[in-house]
Amino acid sequence: MSTTRFGPTMEQVEFQPHKRWYQRPEVLIPVLIVTAIYALLIFGVKETNVFRTRMTGAGDFDSMYFWHLLPLMVQGLLVTVKATVLAFTFAAVFGFLLALGRRSSTRWISWPTAAFIEFIRSTPLLVQLFFLLGLVRASETINLEPIWVLTIGLGLHYATYCSEAYRAGINSVPDGQWEAAIALNLKPSTNWLRVIIPQAVPNVLPSLGNYLVAGFKDAPLGFSVGVLGVLAFASQVRAADFRPVEPYIMAGVGFLLVSIPAAWIVRRLERRVSYERQ
Amino acid sequence: MDAWLLDPGQYELLLEGALITIQILVYSFLLGIVLSLLVGVARLSEREWVRGIAFGYVELTRGISSIVLLFIIAIAIPILFDVGQSSLIALASIALGLNMGGYGAEIVRGSIQAIPRGQTEASIALNLTPTQRLRYIILPQAMRIILPPMGNLTIEILKGTALVSLVGVTDLLQQTRNVRQQQIAAGAASTADLAILYLNTLLIYFVLAQVINATFRYFERRLERRYQARYEPLPSDLVAPHVGGTAS
Repeated sequence: MSTTRFGPTMEQVEFQPHKRWYQRPEVLIPVLIVTAIYALLIFGVKETNVFRTRMTGAGDFDSMYFWHLLPLMVQGLLVTVKATVLAFTFAAVFGFLLALGRRSSTRWISWPTAAFIEFIRSTPLLVQLFFLLGLVRASETINLEPIWVLTIGLGLHYATYCSEAYRAGINSVPDGQWEAAIALNLKPSTNWLRVIIPQAVPNVLPSLGNYLVAGFKDAPLGFSVGVLGVLAFASQVRAADFRPVEPYIMAGVGFLLVSIPAAWIVRRLERRVSYERQ
Repeated sequence: MDAWLLDPGQYELLLEGALITIQILVYSFLLGIVLSLLVGVARLSEREWVRGIAFGYVELTRGISSIVLLFIIAIAIPILFDVGQSSLIALASIALGLNMGGYGAEIVRGSIQAIPRGQTEASIALNLTPTQRLRYIILPQAMRIILPPMGNLTIEILKGTALVSLVGVTDLLQQTRNVRQQQIAAGAASTADLAILYLNTLLIYFVLAQVINATFRYFERRLERRYQARYEPLPSDLVAPHVGGTAS
């Protein structure tokens, strides 16, 4: 924390590390907003089967027709966002387990985990999705909806990315913290929950945010396993009206509408975290 | 099928597809590298409109999902401008190259900014033109920082090439699905078959990624060696001997 020549800065006065996180409004309010959006997405968004247009366009590019596609596109985009959020929840949790497995001192845990991470990271998500879909279709006992296939595939893929981020975060906790935990005779669970994770995870939040945005951009691949997201909207409109130009450009606009603000939020988070770390 | 291997004929199909994948990868890599250098430098330009255009390009290509960009370029653009879908491979490479250029430009910009200011100031003091400054002072040093993330980005592009099967290019993934159709048509389609088939495809992608990785490691090491202390004189030093003892 920096001190100016004229005494403590405004932020220093407001920063109250002794308060628990739920007593700090600048932490509590974003958490509440995120939770509310999360719940709305998971429980409020239903997949629609058909994207039907109400008019036909003329010429090469009809801007009336283009804007009338907007509500349909938003319908599809919400499904894509929902799948992203589901998958990323899985990725954030499973990624931490992978990070723990990778830094395990037992070799027959750490080596297979490292190999698994390397393999998943360097093979295309689309092939992995087809593989999963084939397994689900072929087996008689497991019966998953397309959105869950996407959740597992995308989640696994990004779990490996997240695990690398977590690993960097855990490694960035100074050695003295581990030594102090040993000196204080803390249980491993207390050490992890009260010492390591509270210091490691905030540093990792910006890169997790980046992966969330990247995952959102990979989520339309779910189209190939039958998720009725934003690409399904574009291809259905194309098939019904024989107009491919407007729906695909509309899908692009939809992505810009979500990912540019999201990238901006991540950048702000980055600045905030780097500030609190000082 | 009880073995882990496929028939030789099936492997032939897969390799055919892999060649197309590699072809697209090379094209889009070349386009991507050129774009990332141009745009990365343009983002640090003194002229505001150049910076603006470069920023717009980066935000656009990074904001749109690569698959949507692929559909726009391979399907919407040919109709809009009457280009004709004559070469899907070229169109797909353009889409992937544009996408890579957006991410690569940010890498290049970050690395140029990481070069100490003194280097720029010294080259101005030595009266180098901005082009010379970039070509002989800044970029050679920035290259050390650019290479590792560029290798990762190239692997991302390799993974991106799997998407081109969705617009109708018969790449490795499409060939895999063709082989699967053959298996189903032949009546020998069990879950184990499918798992083995896709594992083989995944392995081919994995090997390709490792080759890219090794290539970039090789160039990183070569570059690193140039920056280490060197005692033997360069050939150019022997041609023009120093006057008052060696400088280094």
